[in-house]
Amino acid sequence: MNAVLSKIRFRDPQIEMAHGAGGKASRRLVEGLFAPLLFGDSTEPLGDAAHLDVNGTRIAFTADSFVVKPLRFPGGSIGELAVNGTVNDLAVSGARAQALVVTYVLEAGLPSEILEAEVRAMAKAAACASVVIAGGDTKVVEHGKADSMYITTAGIGRPIPGINIAAASVRPGDKVLVSGPIGDHGITILLARGELELEADELCSDTRPVLPLIEAMVRVAAPGIRWMRDPTRGGVATSLNELARDCGLGVMLWEDAVPVRDVVRGACELLGLDPLHIANEGQFIAVIAPEYADAALRALHESPGGRGAVMIGEMREEPSGTLLGTNGYGGVRAIDMLVGDPLPRIC
Amino acid sequence: MKFVDEFRDAAVITKASDEIRRLADPGRQYRFMEVCGGHTHAIYRFGLKDLLPPNIELVHGPGCPVCVLPMGRIDDGLSMARDPNVIFCAFGDMMRVPGAHGSPLEHKARGMDVRIVYSPSDALNLARKNPEKHVMFFAIGFETTAPSTALVLMRAKEQGIQNFSVFSNHVTIIPAIRAILDSPDMRIDAFIGPGHVSTVIGCRPYEWIARNEGRPIVVTGFEPADILQSIVMLLHQIRAREAKVENQYKRVVAWEGNHAALKAMAEVFELRPYFEWRGMGFISQSALRIRPSYAQWDAEQRFETPGVRVTDPKAAQCGEVLKGVLRPAQCKLFGKECTPERPVGALMVSSEGSCAAYYNYEHRKHSTLTTIGAPA
Repeated sequence: MNAVLSKIRFRDPQIEMAHGAGGKASRRLVEGLFAPLLFGDSTEPLGDAAHLDVNGTRIAFTADSFVVKPLRFPGGSIGELAVNGTVNDLAVSGARAQALVVTYVLEAGLPSEILEAEVRAMAKAAACASVVIAGGDTKVVEHGKADSMYITTAGIGRPIPGINIAAASVRPGDKVLVSGPIGDHGITILLARGELELEADELCSDTRPVLPLIEAMVRVAAPGIRWMRDPTRGGVATSLNELARDCGLGVMLWEDAVPVRDVVRGACELLGLDPLHIANEGQFIAVIAPEYADAALRALHESPGGRGAVMIGEMREEPSGTLLGTNGYGGVRAIDMLVGDPLPRIC
Repeated sequence: MKFVDEFRDAAVITKASDEIRRLADPGRQYRFMEVCGGHTHAIYRFGLKDLLPPNIELVHGPGCPVCVLPMGRIDDGLSMARDPNVIFCAFGDMMRVPGAHGSPLEHKARGMDVRIVYSPSDALNLARKNPEKHVMFFAIGFETTAPSTALVLMRAKEQGIQNFSVFSNHVTIIPAIRAILDSPDMRIDAFIGPGHVSTVIGCRPYEWIARNEGRPIVVTGFEPADILQSIVMLLHQIRAREAKVENQYKRVVAWEGNHAALKAMAEVFELRPYFEWRGMGFISQSALRIRPSYAQWDAEQRFETPGVRVTDPKAAQCGEVLKGVLRPAQCKLFGKECTPERPVGALMVSSEGSCAAYYNYEHRKHSTLTTIGAPA
């Protein structure tokens, strides 16, 4: 399997927005600079959260920063994202979030009412996700040196018993599920900036905790759940390319099955974007053993917020390390990770 | 989704594909050039090559405005924006096009005020909102986008907006098609004609291709069913030994074009005596410059234009690929030194560039590895 993971060296001369976009450049930065210098010789594929052994107790640990612009948008705000994002990273690694710590970087001049609104949004989201916010830190920088506020959350969680999320466990024939329509969050943010003179009244961000849906799946299909990911920056295409690389198999996506709202498709057609590259904040992709796939899908359909779940593809032996898409008339295309940064600062 | 789904309908597409197989003579080769980069992108994006018999070869044409722009023009544009008072605006396609000292995006990372706009009127709005700055719009495109640049310049003049200028890199499609037909190494049987360009110029300007050169041409839309239907129409003409201009894209393209758009272009632009095309050299009367009556809004008049000429990296074979002599993967740099993320040649930059389309959608169907490493 590691034959697919060739050693990467980070040689880009400067940091560009693309390094934060979650696509190829981000992956190169993490695998080529952070991993060799910070993570030692670990050859584990990089997941959404680290699972550590602390004196015989398994814990899951992760962190995420939020720099979204604008701070508030239809369906959510930076505070809500900051809770849900970290809780979801733990959930798709197969863990229930227990506690978060939060740090704020605030720009001098930020109206206190804006900060208070976001702190309240965090408290509400934490209650909704049943997670404790246990502490934090605040820094303030000069006016003009940051854009209103940035939030970082770090979280610990307990692994959910009975499941093992690992790219290495994925087999040819496994099915790929997505929990609902894709691209809502990224397109919502893009439109909320008001730079495009495009409007879509009914569209809002999909930000939400995904743990309840994952738990519903675990109850009926635990032994068949092989791999999960929340397709945030870089979208579904980037997550599935990472899966293909990490497990050394191919992914065949049935493009006509991928759920995309008309308003998102329309915006993507107009702007030349691919919905598969657009960020989501409340969806996950799961790879499920074929004998459990129908049960997992049924469990999602019966859960609140899970009716939009769909089977969108399957794992193949060949071509290894590659994501392919096929359409209703038999045309096949390769689908790459996100390259560059069409939509900066979406989360 | 209306106006999209019906042209991606599997039954319609399968039927057209069957019709193509029925009409194509297995005893001969067909070389059809799709002139537009938009068609190239759709052909790969929708996997249309898989639906054609092997003796129909689609040759990618020069209709990708980013791809045909010589590197020196990018450096010229960036040199204008070196003044910290200038905001450099361009379409997203331009952002990763390498100049001699880096792309607009790399300049942005180093502090240049570079903004992506979706239309020239966004750039004009930016000028209104930033009266203390000068907004320079790097205009690019064929007759498709030239009218909107023209309208914005007319508006700037009407409203007396002083802090706005346009660096015109607009080019025209007909001289490029002529250059291809004049090129001794080209063997093209027929053309899948431009769609969006034709919404402006109409179908008449192609008549010489049929009449004088004996090549069929079908003005074509950008959805899978459009492109396959256009191939059906070309095959019918070839079987009947005819050569005429046909319009497959009637739902959008009027035979006479768009008079209002042509009028706006004529008001603001005039032909340059000659203009350099990347990979194709100098082509006479192939590009548009801003008329003297709009000189105040012409970036080439307002700023010093160094007129930089940068030769393309020797190993890059953009010219051969642009003219359809080489296929993208036959270039020595393809997928190695030159990738969409770190492009050497412009064909690898724009999503409409044949190399980028081939790399993104086709090449990796046969390769075994997602490359994310920096080029060696």
